[in-house]
Amino acid sequence: MNHFMSRTALLIAALAASSGLVGAAKDKISDGVVKIGVLTDMSGVYSTLGGKGTQVAVEMAVKDFGGTILGKPIQVVGADHQNKADIASAKAREWFDNEKVDMITGLLNSGCALAVQKIAGDKKRIVMVTGAATTDLTNKAAWTPYGIHYVYDTYALGKVTGQAVVQHGGKSWFFLTADYAFGQSLEQNTTKFVTQLGGKVVGSVRHPLSTADFSSYLLQAQSSGAQIIGLANAGGDTINAIKQAREFGIGQKGQRLVGLLIFDTDIKSLGLNVAQGMQFTSGFYWDRDDAARAWSKRFYAIHKAMPTMDQAGAYSATMNYLKAIKAAGTDDPDAVMVKLKSMDISDFFAVHGKIRFDGRMVHDMYLMEVKKPSESKGEWDLLKIIRTVPGDEAFMPLSESTCPAVKK
Amino acid sequence: MNKSIWAALLLLGVLAPYVVYPVFMMKLLCFALFAMAFNLLLGYTGLLSFGHAAFFGGASYITGHLVKNSGLTPELGILGGTLFAALLGYLVGSLAIRRQGIYFAMVTLALAQIVYFLALKLPFTGGEDGLQGIPRGLLFGLIDLNRVYLVGGRPLGLNLYYFVFAVFCLGFWVVHRTIHSPFGQVLKAIRENEPRAISLGYKVDRFKLMAFVISSAIAGLAGATKSLVFQLASLTDVSWHTSGEVVLMTLLGGVGTVLGPLVGAFTVVSLQSELSSVGSWITVIIGGIFVVCVLLFRRGFVGELARLLKRTL
Amino acid sequence: MELSFQTVLSQVMLGLNNGVFYAILSLGLAVIFGLLNIVNFVHGALYMLGAYVALLGYTMLGPLLGKPDFHLNYWVALIVAPLVVGLLGIGVERTMLRRLRKFDHLYGLLLTFGLALIIQGVFTNYFNVSGDAYDGKPESLEGAVNLGFMLFPKYRLWVIGISLLVCFATWFVIERTKLGSYLRAGTENPELVKAFGVNVPLMITLTYGYGAALAAFAGVLAAPIYSVSPVMGSEMIITVFAVVVIGGMGSIMGSIITGLLLGMVEGFTKVVYAPASSTVIFLIMVVVLLVKPTGLFGKES
Repeated sequence: MNHFMSRTALLIAALAASSGLVGAAKDKISDGVVKIGVLTDMSGVYSTLGGKGTQVAVEMAVKDFGGTILGKPIQVVGADHQNKADIASAKAREWFDNEKVDMITGLLNSGCALAVQKIAGDKKRIVMVTGAATTDLTNKAAWTPYGIHYVYDTYALGKVTGQAVVQHGGKSWFFLTADYAFGQSLEQNTTKFVTQLGGKVVGSVRHPLSTADFSSYLLQAQSSGAQIIGLANAGGDTINAIKQAREFGIGQKGQRLVGLLIFDTDIKSLGLNVAQGMQFTSGFYWDRDDAARAWSKRFYAIHKAMPTMDQAGAYSATMNYLKAIKAAGTDDPDAVMVKLKSMDISDFFAVHGKIRFDGRMVHDMYLMEVKKPSESKGEWDLLKIIRTVPGDEAFMPLSESTCPAVKK
Repeated sequence: MNKSIWAALLLLGVLAPYVVYPVFMMKLLCFALFAMAFNLLLGYTGLLSFGHAAFFGGASYITGHLVKNSGLTPELGILGGTLFAALLGYLVGSLAIRRQGIYFAMVTLALAQIVYFLALKLPFTGGEDGLQGIPRGLLFGLIDLNRVYLVGGRPLGLNLYYFVFAVFCLGFWVVHRTIHSPFGQVLKAIRENEPRAISLGYKVDRFKLMAFVISSAIAGLAGATKSLVFQLASLTDVSWHTSGEVVLMTLLGGVGTVLGPLVGAFTVVSLQSELSSVGSWITVIIGGIFVVCVLLFRRGFVGELARLLKRTL
Repeated sequence: MELSFQTVLSQVMLGLNNGVFYAILSLGLAVIFGLLNIVNFVHGALYMLGAYVALLGYTMLGPLLGKPDFHLNYWVALIVAPLVVGLLGIGVERTMLRRLRKFDHLYGLLLTFGLALIIQGVFTNYFNVSGDAYDGKPESLEGAVNLGFMLFPKYRLWVIGISLLVCFATWFVIERTKLGSYLRAGTENPELVKAFGVNVPLMITLTYGYGAALAAFAGVLAAPIYSVSPVMGSEMIITVFAVVVIGGMGSIMGSIITGLLLGMVEGFTKVVYAPASSTVIFLIMVVVLLVKPTGLFGKES
């Protein structure tokens, strides 16, 4: 009898859920908790610029927010996506299906971010990408209404750096490209801006992610005779390429290496002696203004390193996500996305940032230059801002977007 | 083997998704099938292939490609992947059986590495990102494999699960039939004493090749199915770590036993899922199990149990 | 890329640089295989261990001893690392491999595969997968030499030179000395050699230790060139297996020459058709298997 009753109840519950009855009576906070998943590279080639630091930043945001929201607790979980799309997507699937995770942030690898955003779209959960750079995330290839691309992308990086270099006479380019979604997208976007200004690309070579020996690629770049060797890679790969170029005397006579995505931590690891004078694009610098300095020093006290734009962005993304839940009065993803896309995002990270309806968070970008050792006043005094590029100029305008939500 | 054991296992498979996370169960079934295919070769023919990931992963790429880019229905995609694995098995097998023992292992390993590089470089594979967003589609153009049922408040993808379970049963049946056919008897004869099998007039190489092809086809079937479950074909599936893992599953469960690969796959997949939070310590644990297994119980769980019970399992 | 003589030479030179590592590692595999009849899957991990002994000696030994300024010198590491890893190898042989001698040789492969996973897993836990830079390169080897067609780092020249020396010294000992003749005889007929009063088990242990030491030696040489990473060995070992299959396991000189040649072929491929460079060795292996299944220098078994 009992058994029969529970079966019937189950059946009714299932029917009710499928007809939407339960949805209407749902709690304001689903499952009684807001859970944020930090999925990032915790052990690999990008771990110093994101990794545990990103989780630290997210935890800081939760603590600063007060630890609870609408009377329910906020939790943070972290995992390592190991830069493998299969691991990232399996983890995301499990988090969404089984562990009540409401939002995933971090994602330091474009392949992983694309995979996770796809699953999030299917399951109607929010993803706030702070690390991965490919513009596919907000365009036709992978756009979903639940994805937000928060910090930077290959369009902005390629445009700001590419234009600056060509304007200073770097007309012929050879690319050293990390052979996956991110590198290819970065090479493609940079090429567009280089050729627009009358520069030309004489060749490119693709290397696997996390390459130990760049020597043969560098020799190819050298014998191409290009003025600029563009590094369409990141993290440990960029560092290795720059170091080994010096070993072979490449980049000293006439030729120059240009890193298209560089983080403070990379400069720290290369040292000012090696890196001085390099120009690149960033979405954040800890020493930009008082607010950035104040937050960064708090971050430093916990993590023992200054924040990169990925880490600072993860704090800002989390904080604004929580604010949006509060404003919406629910953690229902659709309602939260509406709030997020109508908010003005102003904090230590961004000034009057705005999340466009294609998911692109538009905010100012900065053209940076590495200081000379003589200019540096401290361990982390590495960079100066050469130019502030307004968000509308740096990021892809909607007129060029292939996002399905953009009506043409 | 006892009919009631089979019935119990079947019932377990049917009920499992209501109790266990279905994605976990499906992963388990795919790897169990993969291990069975491998066991057909190692356990019943005595050939240690260290490159079986090539068939498993290769098929998952082909299936993904067929379903995603050519718009085939899932069952045709899986069929395509399986046929590809069989063909690849024929090519690799023809080369590898020219050498024996350790050389055979190394040759399969190296040939699988070529498949790995192809998976990295071919235009449709997505390189390091893998082939993403593989649609599950409509089975036979009718049944929606994405359909989710709410059971007790839990959303369960039952259509997909029962499809995977059916594929598993089919694969299991093929392996089982092969082992117990006259062909399977010849394979065992080769394993026990190759020169004797030759002197009896058997064309040993042809039997070995045939076994290799069947084994790679079933491994392909497993990989093809997995690509629909995870909607992704990735480099991990074709890497030598996966080849090593399937060796471990078989060894741990019991080489040359029917249930061994199932038990081995269950143990390894559960370990991986339970211990996913400890990061790469899982590699250490798996390596440790390998060492203990090789040193202390080369018969594996099922093999040792069978010895205790003095019967074949 | 234009196919100028200069670019070809430069890439072949870099290929030779990789080739000496293939040679040293496949030589070690051949020596171990000759006497123990096992494929030493853990060889890549031992190579990685060698590099880590150098790295940790440089960065962590000092602080551990309470002398933060102490860095284990590169030249000392070049001797210490092979010793440490060689002893480890001896331990492995004594406690584990020995127990498997009476079983199928495939178990040796499986055991060493498990060991490789353990070592690699432990290091992956404590160190960055993408690798750490080794800063202990001696100053005397800093800088580059102008070879006419390219600037070539001095350090890499040193690596090529010393590796060739070690390879040929090993060949000389095994093929041209009395000790070597025992070894070779032990391979052919261990019972007979035992009857002559040679301690065969000890010889086997020491041989395994020497093979392990060779791998570690290569690891130290590699540390300043490539980043020291937990996966550096596993990436290498598969290629070295193919080298061994191509050369045939039986011959010491064969494995050396094959290693060097294949490194250069790989370098050459980078000029002609770069995407094929990572597969060319495996493709050659296929051709060799079709034409001469026992390998270029292999004897019929």
